[in-house]
Amino acid sequence: MNKIKSLADLKKLKEEVQSKIKLREKGDNPDNLIQIKVSMATCGIASGAKDTMNYFIEELDHQGIDALITQTGCMGFCYAEPTIELTMPGKQPVIYGYVDKAKAQEIIDKHIKLNELVDGIIPVSYKTIDE
Amino acid sequence: MADYKMHLLVCGGTGCKAAQSELIKTNFQNQLAERGLENEIQVIHTGCFGFCEQGPIVKIQPDNTFYVSVSPDDTLEIIDEHVVKGRIVERLLYTDPNTKSQISESKNMDFYKKQVRIALRNCGFINPENIEEYIGNDGYSALGKCLDELSPEEAIKIIMDSGLRGRGGGGFPTGLKWDITRKVENEQKYVVCNADEGDPGAFMDRSILEGDPHTVIEAMAICGFCIGADKGLVYIRAEYPLAIQRLKTALKQAREFGLLGENILGSGFSFDIEIRYGAGAFVCGEETALIHSMEGKRGEPTFKPPFPSQEGYLGKPTNVNNVETFANIPPIINKGAAWFSTIGTEKSKGTKVFALAGKINNVGLIEVPMGTTLREVIYDIGGGIKNGRQFKSVQTGGPSGGCLTKDFLDTPIDYDNLLAAGSMMGSGGMIVMDEDDCMVSIAKFYLEFTLEESCGKCTPCRIGNKRLHEILEKITNGNGTPEDLTKLRMLSHVIKDTSLCGLGQTSPNPVLSTLDNFMDEYEAHVKEGKCPAGQCKALLQYVIDDEQCTGCTLCFRICPVGAISGEKRSPHYIDQALCIKCGACFEKCKFNAIKIA
Repeated sequence: MNKIKSLADLKKLKEEVQSKIKLREKGDNPDNLIQIKVSMATCGIASGAKDTMNYFIEELDHQGIDALITQTGCMGFCYAEPTIELTMPGKQPVIYGYVDKAKAQEIIDKHIKLNELVDGIIPVSYKTIDE
Repeated sequence: MADYKMHLLVCGGTGCKAAQSELIKTNFQNQLAERGLENEIQVIHTGCFGFCEQGPIVKIQPDNTFYVSVSPDDTLEIIDEHVVKGRIVERLLYTDPNTKSQISESKNMDFYKKQVRIALRNCGFINPENIEEYIGNDGYSALGKCLDELSPEEAIKIIMDSGLRGRGGGGFPTGLKWDITRKVENEQKYVVCNADEGDPGAFMDRSILEGDPHTVIEAMAICGFCIGADKGLVYIRAEYPLAIQRLKTALKQAREFGLLGENILGSGFSFDIEIRYGAGAFVCGEETALIHSMEGKRGEPTFKPPFPSQEGYLGKPTNVNNVETFANIPPIINKGAAWFSTIGTEKSKGTKVFALAGKINNVGLIEVPMGTTLREVIYDIGGGIKNGRQFKSVQTGGPSGGCLTKDFLDTPIDYDNLLAAGSMMGSGGMIVMDEDDCMVSIAKFYLEFTLEESCGKCTPCRIGNKRLHEILEKITNGNGTPEDLTKLRMLSHVIKDTSLCGLGQTSPNPVLSTLDNFMDEYEAHVKEGKCPAGQCKALLQYVIDDEQCTGCTLCFRICPVGAISGEKRSPHYIDQALCIKCGACFEKCKFNAIKIA
């Protein structure tokens, strides 16, 4: 390890290592972040949900967009896997089906960046006990 | 660096380690490796989460799921269900005792809702053995700010304006102490960290050193910069092996990173820290005794003045602060005095860490703003009294403090209010007692502690406390007289007035405060020969209830002195003259036929 020789060095190192704990900070304060939940039950994983999740994580990180990406259990839309639930801060959650890499890119470009809805939304007709 | 998608935070505090959290961590690591997930999921050993009652704790991020009472056998289920499939393992969630609902996020738990964590900010969040995680969470930026932008006077002014007071018990303004030490002229000065945590039941200093050692190192360096010292010493008891090990690791890393040593951050300021071990004597928490112990002399206090700020370690000006005080320094420098002084009460700013213990549901370590009431701490955060019993008293301030009754439950906690109530802040131990605790025995228990810990230098403390203890012994044995109560009070005042150091001056406090607040219990002992709580065995009588006794002869067979007699299948009888009150029959009886009268 090279010694830290100045405050500028310390700040630089902080930027580099911040990512190590960023995930934990995000988890503690999820309300102000873009949240993506990827359905990762057996059928989701079989349909490639893991690749979708990785793509979201890498692409959003690459573009410098702060988001909280977590996996969740079966959402029940097994016919439309991989499914994701996208929540923009202060908005209602939206569920997308058939999210492959291309769809994921479209969602990032349009919904996340421009706040325009993209085709493929699954209308939600149920209520959860949280509401 | 691997790009982790999920963090499994496993508590690595002493409490959870004793409950096999080390094995939980290795199980996680092995099971993740078996599934080829070791580069996607990171397992981190953190410091104490504070919720020791429910340990071992495992927190999963970014999902923000808080698992409690995890055993090494549960790891496979957490990996297969939560980590792989995203399904929360509900049986390991915390169940709210009032609503009976399960809570997955720690911030929704009553235990965490009212807490404000400044000193404990990194405990349960970062890996204490990794300096990079500390740096990533603003670590060493306060030191950088001081060295780069502030003069020592400016930095001291921030600490003064913040209103921070010593967290070790005395409550002396920290900024003022630094300023005094700064103004004493000498080519050699020292910064000392007091990690000799002696109060029974208090463990906040240990937890901070175990969970966030770098914050203490950083704060000591800041103090060195402010007062003009290039050398720091941590006086820690050898009974804290994990804290010592983590502190050593942290010191090594800080040196490697150039954050300790010569010319820190190119500023020309040099500072390094050494560790000194104490043998765990209570009196060595007193700063003059602590300094003597570090010098290799007997751990005995000496008269102040001269204060350590003038003549301390090796006769040089020395600034002594407690671990928790130091842990508050970096956030104050980073966020400013104004931020800190908005928290707390008029004369006590910021937060205080308390160690909850005794007959309380949520035993653990908590940090609340000054001015939080005892009721909030005991009932909201602490979850109330165990087994639905009634609250009787809370003991604060350790052996030097006092016992407060339910009349004080709505008192906002700060230095001055606790003093006015006849107790003190101390280092923050809080022991809760219920209706089954005998206050005379409690006073005796605390006195036993000071009796053992008295260094023996002053006669009032060495012999006076012994006499006090003998009187209490006499009362609990049922031989007390009303005159003994007057003697107790008089002797207590003599000891208080004539002892040299804090230990002797405060040792009769548990006796005095129980005399003030629980006089009726003392009187019941000496006048009626009764112990209302049913604790003092000599004052009890075991009797057999004829209606419930089935004549099973179990008590007859178990009695070691043959005090029980009776025919099979007819009620038995205890001969009070022979009974030694061992309680064996009471514990063994299957029909609740033996009563305490």
